[in-house]
Amino acid sequence: MNAPDFNAACPLPIAHYSHVLMAHGGGGTLMHQLLEDVFGKAFSNPILDTRHDSAQFTVPPGKLAMTTDSYVVRPLFFPGGDIGSMAIHGTVNDLAMSGARPLYLTSAFIIEEGLPMETLWRVVCSMREAALKCGVQIVTGDTKVVDKGQGDGLFINTAGIGVIEHSQNIAPQNVQPGDVVIVSGDLGRHGMAIMALREGLQFESTIESDSAPVHEPVLELIQAGIEIHCLRDLTRGGLASALNEIAEAAGVNIAIEQKLIPVRDDVSAACEMLGLDPLHVANEGRFVAFIAAHDADRALELMRGHEVAAGSNVIGLVVAKSAPLVTVKSTLGVRRILDMPSGEQLPRIC
Amino acid sequence: MKYLDEYRDGDLAQKLAAEIHRVTTKPWTIMEVCGGQTHAIVKFGIDELLPQKITLIHGPGCPVCVTPLEVIDQALEIAARPEVIFTSFGDMLRVPGSTTDLLSVKATGGDVRIVYSPLDAVKIAAENPAREVVFFGVGFETTAPATAMAVYQAAQKGLKNFSLLISHVLVPPAIEALMSSPNCRVQAFLAAGHVCAVMGYEEYFPLVKTYRVPIVVTGFEPLDILHGILLTVQQLESGRAEVENQYVRAVSRGGNQPAQDLVKKVFKVVPRKWRGIGEIAQSGLGLSENYAAFDAARKFKVTDHHVEEPAECIAGLILQGQKKPHECPAFGTRCTPEHPFGATMVSSEGACAAYYRYRRHAAAQPWRPHERA
Repeated sequence: MNAPDFNAACPLPIAHYSHVLMAHGGGGTLMHQLLEDVFGKAFSNPILDTRHDSAQFTVPPGKLAMTTDSYVVRPLFFPGGDIGSMAIHGTVNDLAMSGARPLYLTSAFIIEEGLPMETLWRVVCSMREAALKCGVQIVTGDTKVVDKGQGDGLFINTAGIGVIEHSQNIAPQNVQPGDVVIVSGDLGRHGMAIMALREGLQFESTIESDSAPVHEPVLELIQAGIEIHCLRDLTRGGLASALNEIAEAAGVNIAIEQKLIPVRDDVSAACEMLGLDPLHVANEGRFVAFIAAHDADRALELMRGHEVAAGSNVIGLVVAKSAPLVTVKSTLGVRRILDMPSGEQLPRIC
Repeated sequence: MKYLDEYRDGDLAQKLAAEIHRVTTKPWTIMEVCGGQTHAIVKFGIDELLPQKITLIHGPGCPVCVTPLEVIDQALEIAARPEVIFTSFGDMLRVPGSTTDLLSVKATGGDVRIVYSPLDAVKIAAENPAREVVFFGVGFETTAPATAMAVYQAAQKGLKNFSLLISHVLVPPAIEALMSSPNCRVQAFLAAGHVCAVMGYEEYFPLVKTYRVPIVVTGFEPLDILHGILLTVQQLESGRAEVENQYVRAVSRGGNQPAQDLVKKVFKVVPRKWRGIGEIAQSGLGLSENYAAFDAARKFKVTDHHVEEPAECIAGLILQGQKKPHECPAFGTRCTPEHPFGATMVSSEGACAAYYRYRRHAAAQPWRPHERA
């Protein structure tokens, strides 16, 4: 899978043009050069290297999971990540939420004319590195160039396939009264990192995005035989949206406690300043797990053993079958509804 | 979090609540003026810690909510113009005008931008000399100094392409209007701490004297609000009516003098219509003669809007504390934050939005505590 001569730090392989031109999407030699020298070189693996219109591969026995996601974050680079690593992590995480082992990804690029070639190369290198770390291969892809002003630099779509090697039914409908709710770490970092950058807000420390792949702790939970009822990554809409969607799908009442929910001080302060609730803010490397009560302690211990989930905490439980409802106990000990955020909280963050 | 967590401490809150229970012997109705306080009360469940004899009613202190419909319509008209970059605090974008809202204007091609400070709008004006940059100046005395500074700086820089659509309002005249209404049930006020951080609290002495009503300058954190209520109840129970300052860590008697000076320099006190309430004399700020050239309504000739509120919306009664949000038949059904009838359902400080976000199931589904040990 590693191209032996590849070095992400080495200069841009095609130096003929400093910016992406319309012709780089035109089907001719320039496009061929872009595909070969940039994408082909960075993502090289035996399946991609056959240069078919479609990737061919054999999958291990088991059910398959498939997902797709588009990435339009602005700015393209931010503390803790960039659009490239995010496009890998996000799709890997979506697969992990059904307990699948991620195998193959596609990647489609919509590039705005005039994007510096150097920027594209940095993104592609970041994707390569993230894919290597996640143990996935990018096996096919697509490139389109749109007129200047018709895009916003770069949009990426990735789709992914993973194999489900377990027989558990991990789905919102499987959530049951008594289930323990665990979050995999502190909340709100990705959204606030982007917000701080976009709005030029200065805080004492830089808030870094939590963008990270979470399939490893999930796969370990499965291997350890933990009874997992549901997993959900906490992207747009944050914890509040995820819990409300699950309460809705399962027809349950979920009760959590504010003081058990990990939020870093700087994130909390930034949210306070901007009038945002960290429970509504997006994450890119966090998930919530609904675990059968008898396995909760063991699950928490296993999750905390992984760097990406070291901050895991039990935040509440599923109270009963009921009309869908999520409540949070305030620090004063009074319960209130935890609602989905209404509309858009932050400008394009993922 | 430093400077916040210590004002959200559960044990201290219980102690303050117990003290309020101890001193309360009669029923009292207290209005928190500021929408920020309303949200804290509902979000943290502060009212549920109080004796049943104490009724909190939610006041008109939500700048977004009291901005008149015709001013929103003026904003929509200006924002739709191709030469305009319309800048606003984010809250105003979803407030419905008589036909649409600023977000929809943005979606159909208007250049509408969220800013966090009016000074950002001045910066945008300096960077875009070929465009007209308009800032939507709303809010109470708290935000007025920043708006004044924006106009002042624009004047200093000689920017001809910056202007202000202004709907600033003042708290003391609103309290006076509420108190002089025959329907007024309010026996005491929690005054808004942030307004007083700018203005001080000398303006409240005449009100206390005329209406025999306690006014306690109060902060926004749960312990501040509980402490403010305690001081208020102590006054009511002992028959006193005084101005008291709970929020001593931010508020001094004289307030922030340089901020007041700047406001006086740039603005003049004018009559102002409050959405849902009506016109209140001497209750708003308009640009003074020296800065009249920065008046966007005049510049874009949008002064003659006259529109009616939706008949079904009871926001006016809610802003005057005469109704609670869930007493509205449309609440949570036909009127939601996604399809609001009035601004009180939209603004992050609006009482209807607070009830919708934190309480709307409460009537139908009483919460039965069932905690994990």
